Formats: sequence, C-alpha cells, structure tokens
Amino acid sequence: MIDPVQPPRRKNPLLRTRLPASPPRPRSRTSHGFTRAAAEGRFVLQRCEACGAFAYPAREACPACLSAGLSFVDAPRRGVLLAETTARVPSDVYFRERAPWRIGLVKMDCGPTMVAHLHADCVEGAPVVMSFQLDKSGQAVAFARPEGETPNMADDRQWREMTADPKFRRVLVTNGRSVIGQEAVAALKAAGAKTVFVGVAEPWRPFAGEQLLRGQQGVEVVTLDASDEKSAADLAADIGGKVDILVNTTEYVRPGGLLDRRGTSIARDEIDQAYLGFVNLAQAFGPAMRMRGADGVSSSAAWVNILSVHALANWPAFGAYSASQAACLSLSHCLRAELRPGGVKVMNLFTGPVDTEWFQTVPPPKVAPRAVAQAIVSALRGGLEEIYVGDVAEEIRQRLAANPKALERELDK
Amino acid sequence: MQSKNLLELAGAISSGAVRVVDLTFTLSPDFPVIVLPPEFGQAAPVRIQEISRYDGRGPAWYWNNVMFGEHTGTHFDAPIHWFTGKDLPNNSVDSMPAKDMIAPACVIDCSAGAAQDPDFLLTVPLVEAWEAKHGRIPERNWVLLRTDWSKKGWRDYSNLRDDGAHTPGPNPAVMKWLVEERGIIGFGTETIGTDAGQAGHFEPPYPAHHFLHGAGRYGLQCLCNLDQLPATGAVIVASPLKIQNGSGSPLRVIALVSAN
Repeated sequence: MIDPVQPPRRKNPLLRTRLPASPPRPRSRTSHGFTRAAAEGRFVLQRCEACGAFAYPAREACPACLSAGLSFVDAPRRGVLLAETTARVPSDVYFRERAPWRIGLVKMDCGPTMVAHLHADCVEGAPVVMSFQLDKSGQAVAFARPEGETPNMADDRQWREMTADPKFRRVLVTNGRSVIGQEAVAALKAAGAKTVFVGVAEPWRPFAGEQLLRGQQGVEVVTLDASDEKSAADLAADIGGKVDILVNTTEYVRPGGLLDRRGTSIARDEIDQAYLGFVNLAQAFGPAMRMRGADGVSSSAAWVNILSVHALANWPAFGAYSASQAACLSLSHCLRAELRPGGVKVMNLFTGPVDTEWFQTVPPPKVAPRAVAQAIVSALRGGLEEIYVGDVAEEIRQRLAANPKALERELDK
Repeated sequence: MQSKNLLELAGAISSGAVRVVDLTFTLSPDFPVIVLPPEFGQAAPVRIQEISRYDGRGPAWYWNNVMFGEHTGTHFDAPIHWFTGKDLPNNSVDSMPAKDMIAPACVIDCSAGAAQDPDFLLTVPLVEAWEAKHGRIPERNWVLLRTDWSKKGWRDYSNLRDDGAHTPGPNPAVMKWLVEERGIIGFGTETIGTDAGQAGHFEPPYPAHHFLHGAGRYGLQCLCNLDQLPATGAVIVASPLKIQNGSGSPLRVIALVSAN
C-alpha cells in the first residue's frame, strides 16, 4: 500500500537545488532491442527461431539450443516475483541518492528469469506484470508491477522515476489558440497538473475557445509567440524555472508542396512556426529543464512534441509541411540527447491528419484533437518516447517499416 | 529660399522654437499587423534576432538582424501598393520623388466621433465643417485623421470581431473628393490601415487605397501623437526606406511644429 504522493511544498531558498544524476548507461547494441520496445510501450523478449525458447538478457545465441536466430518479438508480460532485495547503500550516485531501492528476480511465465525494478506493492510469490521502461538515462530497464490495480499505484516512488506523470507538475502548453492546445490543457488539468501555463501568441487577436481557456482554475494564460525569439526568452525569464513538462502544440498546417506555390513566404512561415519555434522554445526553456531534472516531486520531466507522421514519409499534398515536420523530428533527436543528462524525456507523438480546419477537405479517418490530448497524458504517465496516434499514423509506420519505396509511391496520389 | 532661412530652421529646431513630434510607434514584434483571411499571403510580423550583445558572438558590439513586412508598424504606402496605382510612373518607395517626403499637414480631429462609434467615418460635410473653421485644405497637404485610436490597448486597437475589424476611417466619397477636389498629397491615420476596418464592404472596397494610390498619392498609418499637432501648420517628414520596387515601408514619421 503506497502513500499518495503529496503536492510539493514551496522550495526552501536556502537549499541548493540538487543536480540530476544518471543511472548506468552502457548497453550492448543488441540490448537496444528493448530500448526500441520501451520507447513505444511494448514488451518484447528475444525468442529463438529454431526452438521457440524465450531468452533474457539480450543474447547473441539461444541459451537452450545455441542457434543464432534470435529475434525480438512481443512476449507475455506475466511472471511471479521469486525474490526481492533492497539496496540500502548503492555505490552508484543515482541509486545512492534514491536509496533504499527495491529490486527483485521475476520468473516469467514464458521462461526466463529477469532482474527488475520493483513497484512497492510487489510481494514475493505473487504474480507481477513486467514492462520495459526508459530510465533517467533513456535506457530500457525491466520494471515489475503487481497484477491488477493497487491504491495510488502510479504514485510509487520508483515508478515515478520512470515516468513523467503530470500529477502535481506544472505544464506549459505552448499554443492555446489551437483546438489541440485547448484539449491538451483540459486533459492535463484532469490528470492532476498543478498549473497549466498556456501560451497565446498575438493576444490582440481573438480566437475560438478563448473565454473557456481564460476562465479555468489552475490555468494561466501567458503571452508566447514561439516563433519570436524574444517572446520565448521573455516568458522563460518569468516561468522557466517552473516548467516541469513542456507540450509543444505549435500547429502550422498549409497544403501544397513546391511547384504549385509561388514564392517562399508560406514555406518560410512553416519553418518559422514549426522549426524555429522549436529552436526558440528549446533555447529558452531547455537549459532550466535540464538543470531541474531531480528537483523533487515536481522535477522537470518531459518535453512533448506533436508531429505529423509525414515527418517520416513525405505526403506531397502537404509536402512542404511534411518537410517542416521532418526538420522538427530531426531536431527532437538532438534535443533528446541534450536533455538526457537532466533525465528529461523527449516524447514525439505522431499523428495523421487531425480533425482541424486545415485538413477540412481530407477524407476520414482523421484524429480527434481530444485523442491527441489523451495520448499526451498516457505517454507522460507511461514514460514513452514514440507514440502513434490514430490509424493513419500507425499504418504509415508499418508501411514504412515494410517498404519505404512502396510508401513513397503510395503517398503520391 | 536663402540658405540663412534654412539655417534659421535648424536653429529653431535646436532651440525648441520648432518642436519635433515623433508620430511613430516603436517597431516591435507585438505590434498588431493587418489581418487577412489565412488563405491569403500574410505580412510577416516584426522579428528582431540578436546577432551579438557584447558576448562570445561579438565581444565589443551589439546588433540585431531584423525582419518585417513592408506594411508593419508605423508605415508608408506607395501608389504601387494598390492595383489602381500599378501603372503609374515613380510609384514605388525607391522611385518616388524625394520632395514628396516633406509636406504640411491638416489634422482633422475626429476623436470624439471615434470614441462614440468604432465604425466612425469621415465624410465630406465633416471636412467642409473643418474647413469653415480652419480654411480650405491646400494642395499637396497631408490630411491626417485624428481618432486617438493610437492610445488604445492592442486588442481594442485592432478591434477584431467575427465580422471583421471595426476601426474608423474615411468613406468613399470623402476620399475621392480629397484627392480630386483638394489635391492632397496623402492621407494618414492612427489605425492599422488608411481605410476603415469595414472598408472591404464599401463601394469601391478600400476607398482610401483605391483613390489615393490611383492618383499617385500616399498613405501613412499606425501614426501616434496626432493630438500634439495643430489643425494646420505642422510639417510632416516621412521618408520611407528605399526598398527596391517597394510598395511601402516602416519609417520614422516626424512632425515639425511651431512652438508658439
């Protein structure tokens, strides 16, 4: 039984803010099979193509039959906790600061025995559910939770190290003019965020949903034009040290590619809004977030981007927009590396066309803005890195993995 | 004119006998720009990006890169801005005569009317009433419409509603009349455009742009401090940036006003 996590008190200004430490980082290349799965919230193990045995940890040959044909496949998550131990004075700085820390041995129903971090409600001899989580180093670790819900389950101290739960955290939603932004504000408030700052560019321009946004408890409307370097810097000067989660809801969708557009002004707007907006936000808010990665219950935890799935494969009907999204995707990998020392996760949500004004003539299926907002919250709660929202995004991902050239031809219609 | 008169003017400016009134808003990213339906091309907002500020990027100097549309902030409209002026000679900011950049102004105070009605329109009878008091508007004068609109917060300043902007301006008849009957050099306002917020619904649409630029005249907008100008006698200095084939430009507009 876990005590519910308490809202953090105001900080004692006499105390130094602890700098983030990182858990051990080295992994074998093969082990990143787990990283890949953890990023998406999948549970995989290696399975021998010859004898069918599951193996763990990552191996180059099957421990049962020595076949080299091991592949990562989705595996059953259930197991039984064989034994547990508590590390009280670990030698590693990260774990020493967080001691006591519980780990255990889990006998998986599918065969292997795994060393795993333990949820506090796991008891010896009882069934557990295993997942791979990304730790503060961004590496996959095995994590065992009790089967079924327990009270305040998400408040477990060790679990919160693996996730970016918005509960009691302060969130900046960068663009509150968009439907997605407004839905994100509502979803994050409902998920227990202490404060949601919501950016509004050009506040002299009225917009739909404005009254509702301004009237909400715990929602602070702030002036932010992410595409303006000074605007981002000015806001960060005010609230940069209070942003635990940043949700980049920049949205600038325009149809068209290259040849049927005249001039570069729309392309420049696309770059200004999406790419340079990202750069400005990162330079303004990134350094404080990286520094505050171990700042108590409301430590900085995550940066969320909402990207078009066509960042992965250009959709010529929205070709220049796709390219701006690809630029943001590339930049997100840079940001992930730069925020990693702070233990701050960078999450990318990939969506197909969203049911908003600029995709008006695109036939369904389209993603509901509310579904994007809910995906943001579940990604934060699960500590994920790559999230595909909706059928189109999932399908593009699969088709890209199967045959990128085929997908390129298919998107050209 | 003898050069000693010019030197006298310089001396009067320096002594304060001639006041210099700045009619310009600071060019900044948060100043409202004209709003067009999103499917049209948009004026780029003002952007100021630091190159260096006595730091590693340039230890002894501070400077910025700036970017803006031709029609942002306090700005000048040249005849080439509108289709009616597209075929005129010397119709762009780089080719217009330099002497047109200095001219006297008649200031028509409509602040009371604009305070009552955001859709307030300047009409011929109103100008005639002004002339009855201050005399006929001379040729090649600016006519500046004072509404005190520049004193509003940005939201009220742009005053956008779901049926468009509601800001004061001239009606079609007065624009035609000022251009054809009074031969003005240009028309200036405190609002985002020389035209009223609802002028797209006028006949012709955007009459200030239509008539001014069709006759090779100029526009000034987003002016401030018009309340510091006399009804007549101020001299306006408005020299736009010399942008190649430019349709307008942000600029510093100053007025010379006799102190007594």
